[in-house]
Amino acid sequence: MAGLMSGFGHYTHAVVRGIPASLAKEALRSCQAEVDLAEARREHEEYVEVLGTRLGLEVVELPADESLPDCVFVEDAAVVCGDTALITRPGAESRRRETETMKSALKELNLNIVEMTDEKATLDGGDVLFTGREFFVGLSKRTNQRGAEILADAFKDYAVSTVPVLEGLHLKSFCSMGGPGLIVIGSSEPAQKALKIMQQMSDHRYDKLTVPDDLAANCIYMNLPNKGHVLLHPTAEQYPESAKEDCRGNHAGCSGLMLKSLGF
Amino acid sequence: MTSESGADSEAKQPRENKETEKEKGKAKAAAAAEPASPQNQPEQFPAAAGHSTPARKEQEQQEVDQVSHRSSISRLSRSPLKGVKKTKIMECKVALLDGSDFTLNLEKRARGHVLFDKICEHLNLLEKDYFGITCRDVENQKNWIDPGKELKKQIRTGPWNFAFNVKFYPPDPAQLTEDITRYYLCLQLRDDVVSGRLPCSFATHTVLGSYAVQSELGDYDPEELGSDYISELRFAPNQTKELEEKVMELHKTYKGMTPAEAEIHFLENAKKLSMYGVDLHHAKLVGSCLAPSEGEDSEGVEIMLGVCSSGLLIYRDRLRINRFAWPKILKISYKRNNFYIKIRPGEFEQFESTIGFKLPNHRAAKRLWKVCVEHHTFFRLVSPESQPKKFLSLGSKFRYSGRTQAQSRRASSMINRLAPLVERSSSKRYNMSLSLDGAPIAENHETPMKDSAAAGAAKILTKGDLITTVTTEKKAEEEKAEQEDAPTDAAETQEPTTPLRHDTKTKDEPPASEETKEEVEPKTTKAAEYLVKYVGDSVATDLASSSGLHGISPSTTMDDDVFMDGTLREVDEVAEREEIKVSPGAVRQEVYQAISDKKGTLIILKEADDKVDAEGKETGAAGEEEEPALRGEAEGGENEAVMGVEIWSPKMEANGVTQIKGTDSPKKAMASWISEVVKTEATEVVGASTKASDAPQPGEEVQTEQSKSGPSQITPPESSTTSLAVSTLGWVPSSEKGPPEPEEKVVVATETEAAPAESTGPTGCDVVEVGTKEVPVVHTETKTITYESAEVETNGDVDPGVLLSAQTITSETTSTTTTTHITKTVKGGISETRIEKRIVITGDTDIDHDQALAQAIKEAKEQHPDMSVTKVVVHKETEITPEEGED
Repeated sequence: MAGLMSGFGHYTHAVVRGIPASLAKEALRSCQAEVDLAEARREHEEYVEVLGTRLGLEVVELPADESLPDCVFVEDAAVVCGDTALITRPGAESRRRETETMKSALKELNLNIVEMTDEKATLDGGDVLFTGREFFVGLSKRTNQRGAEILADAFKDYAVSTVPVLEGLHLKSFCSMGGPGLIVIGSSEPAQKALKIMQQMSDHRYDKLTVPDDLAANCIYMNLPNKGHVLLHPTAEQYPESAKEDCRGNHAGCSGLMLKSLGF
Repeated sequence: MTSESGADSEAKQPRENKETEKEKGKAKAAAAAEPASPQNQPEQFPAAAGHSTPARKEQEQQEVDQVSHRSSISRLSRSPLKGVKKTKIMECKVALLDGSDFTLNLEKRARGHVLFDKICEHLNLLEKDYFGITCRDVENQKNWIDPGKELKKQIRTGPWNFAFNVKFYPPDPAQLTEDITRYYLCLQLRDDVVSGRLPCSFATHTVLGSYAVQSELGDYDPEELGSDYISELRFAPNQTKELEEKVMELHKTYKGMTPAEAEIHFLENAKKLSMYGVDLHHAKLVGSCLAPSEGEDSEGVEIMLGVCSSGLLIYRDRLRINRFAWPKILKISYKRNNFYIKIRPGEFEQFESTIGFKLPNHRAAKRLWKVCVEHHTFFRLVSPESQPKKFLSLGSKFRYSGRTQAQSRRASSMINRLAPLVERSSSKRYNMSLSLDGAPIAENHETPMKDSAAAGAAKILTKGDLITTVTTEKKAEEEKAEQEDAPTDAAETQEPTTPLRHDTKTKDEPPASEETKEEVEPKTTKAAEYLVKYVGDSVATDLASSSGLHGISPSTTMDDDVFMDGTLREVDEVAEREEIKVSPGAVRQEVYQAISDKKGTLIILKEADDKVDAEGKETGAAGEEEEPALRGEAEGGENEAVMGVEIWSPKMEANGVTQIKGTDSPKKAMASWISEVVKTEATEVVGASTKASDAPQPGEEVQTEQSKSGPSQITPPESSTTSLAVSTLGWVPSSEKGPPEPEEKVVVATETEAAPAESTGPTGCDVVEVGTKEVPVVHTETKTITYESAEVETNGDVDPGVLLSAQTITSETTSTTTTTHITKTVKGGISETRIEKRIVITGDTDIDHDQALAQAIKEAKEQHPDMSVTKVVVHKETEITPEEGED
């Protein structure tokens, strides 16, 4: 029997959610670039296609909800590790209801559901970096100390360290795991500083892969049963266009919902 | 995590079942048998893991019989002593890891190790270095029994109840040599888990539980075990039916797995838990610079300090808010209720910083400090630092005196016995007596922290009575250096001119030389210490020149890189060492041996001005506990690049005032290993040449050894420390060939890593001369350090200022040691120089202390007319109770 806490385990499922038309106008935005809804949907389809067909994951597609313009960013609604799913309490009030659908979907997958009920707590999954050995939680505009504490309570086996996110939206706006023991990090100063903090706080050593663009550091690493290590990352041509990049980043948002098979 | 375990084990005690009863009888018998009593013989055989299990029943039966025709406890304890001097016998009750009690009788004056050894013998445990004995103090806090001290001094009141626990959790239990050791580690961890000290998820509870079951009960067998066997065992603080079912499910799948294998699996899972081996202590933040992740002012925030093999962890609730790996920590200290760590400057900071924590009380602060010293030593050093000499103690004498992990591993690789049969006892106890305290986090202090007014006040880090220890990380070369130093000291103290002693040094076992040193030491029974303090402006230079000191080298900065490099390589070094051990070369063996036994370290230290003063007070008033202040000063860091900067005097060590700090860049570890042999020869040569050379010849590299020479001559002994580090293969040949080349003091130049060394070298010279005027100077010591330190400010100044430089000059005569501290600070644009002289007069009662003092003050006044005497401390030390003082 494989030990618990054996890094990333195997990824078996992916949860995604459709893009509501309201995304274009009502979604919370950090930049004002116009969103091409059709293009976004096309990209999303492509993304789902890759997950399901090319990678062989079981894709759980949740329907878009027009009253939740940001609902496509499923990453923020839950954090799954091992057999436990922590349903978050997103920092943005308008997004709180996104967790309802997510919760029922994860319940169906037989995960142990832990809910964040404390009204003082906020946590966006985008601030949670799981390295396979420990968690780093970005304290950002969307995530607070209390939210991080609840996460630590939900995943007791692991060290949970907090990292201040001074710029950008989420911790994972500029970093993500690129493989076991490999952190992909953007080259901006805040990103590098956050990396330093993570290194200091950790008992483990990580390799780092620095990419020129912070947003490009937003990848999805998966350990797939049949395909081994897979990294889903933005393509070269998408890279320079920051408008699209913004959207691309969302895809990685799904990473929190790549589900590991249970250890036993 | 360890610290709490006793509670639970103790809780178990009341429920003594038949087994325990037998155990007790047996134990007593064994203990009592020790003096003689032939009929007890049968019990002397290794008590193996004497916990009754079916397999053992027969044997126990026997024992019980034997016990039965022996008599009552009291008679047992008395009889063997008949005719011998009457010694008080105490009954000790030890809660073992399997929940049973082990009772034995010990002489009242027995030291901790006696008890410890008896327990280990009883448990048939050879790899004992990871374990320790705890006992509860008045506040019900757990304290580790110091093996070197008498038990009675460590138990203030109450019955002699102890608990046997894991003290150092091996990061990789698979590296333990014996299964039996892992078995005990498992028992400890099971207790850690059940008590909640080691939090884990449901899934982990099931996995750990299932291995525990396999280890304890063997294969799943419904017929033998019944269907409900599992609920008799405890796996989690809040055990549910669901958990038990999952455990059983897993248990079924382990058919054929041996108990030892199950324990390995157990440990492989447990060791990954983030709180594995973390000893938690309640504290509050002092100051606000602590957590990179804490935006707000974190003053007074309640946190937990976790001590573990890799360093110090800071938690706020369950969250890790900071971490200081041992190599990051230059110094740890405590003062009253506060605990301080001095942090090596990081990438973003230019200077060192000191972080303070407020503990619930003084004892808690001291306990934390000790645990840190011990963990650091155990996990990071090759061998423990030697204990400072008792005499005239400034600074805590506490050191971890056991073996380090490196030594332990080495030793256990020699274990040559058939794997002992591990008697795995039933742990049903877990079911019966454990309270369901789901305490989420283990803590060391049950007493809630009180918001004392002092909490806020502590923000200013007055270093006055800091009790500090230097977290010197010893690398291979350091070891060697010290090993060399120790003997050197002896030589110097005694007959500074005798070069011959050097030869012996390397070959002799260091312990031998250590002894020698001790003999040499003046039989001081009484020491008087006088402090003379002077505060003035820009006097530094004056003083400097008057004492022949030429300039403080402000350019000195810590060579961080060197250090960093060092840390990174630590592990490799250990590995290398291991290899060396394997290598059959006779000489290497010797060296190796010498290193592993290394002794006598010296550290000196820079002291911030007031510190001495305050410390003196404490010494006078608070007594032993606070004494450590001075030593706190020991600036030290792990081979902080200070290397070259420090010149220490061996004599200092004798005084217990200082400790050597080994310094060196680990990088050179290998090289020095090899050069070691050669060095011996070189040393001889040097010895011969020493006399000849008086004029420094620049440019030449010389081994440090030679530095010792005439009594009035400057010995940059430190060079001996450092030089080792410096010696490389390349160097070896040259020294070899060059017989008596009189290139004495040049040594300093060798210390490439630390620029200041150079300036210091010459300085030392002059100083000595000054001292010589009046009395024969035995030794001189000079130290220059430049750095910034938040804590430097003293006298309650709120603004700490920036310390530009601190310098300590020490000169010694036979009975007088004069230490001059010069500190330059810049505060709000104003620079201030403080000169503080501390004169320590030591000696037997036959020395006229008053006269010596008068003389010393007179001299000081001559140098600095406005100097004033601020403190006179008389410290008398008798040898009758060598133990006290530490606790």
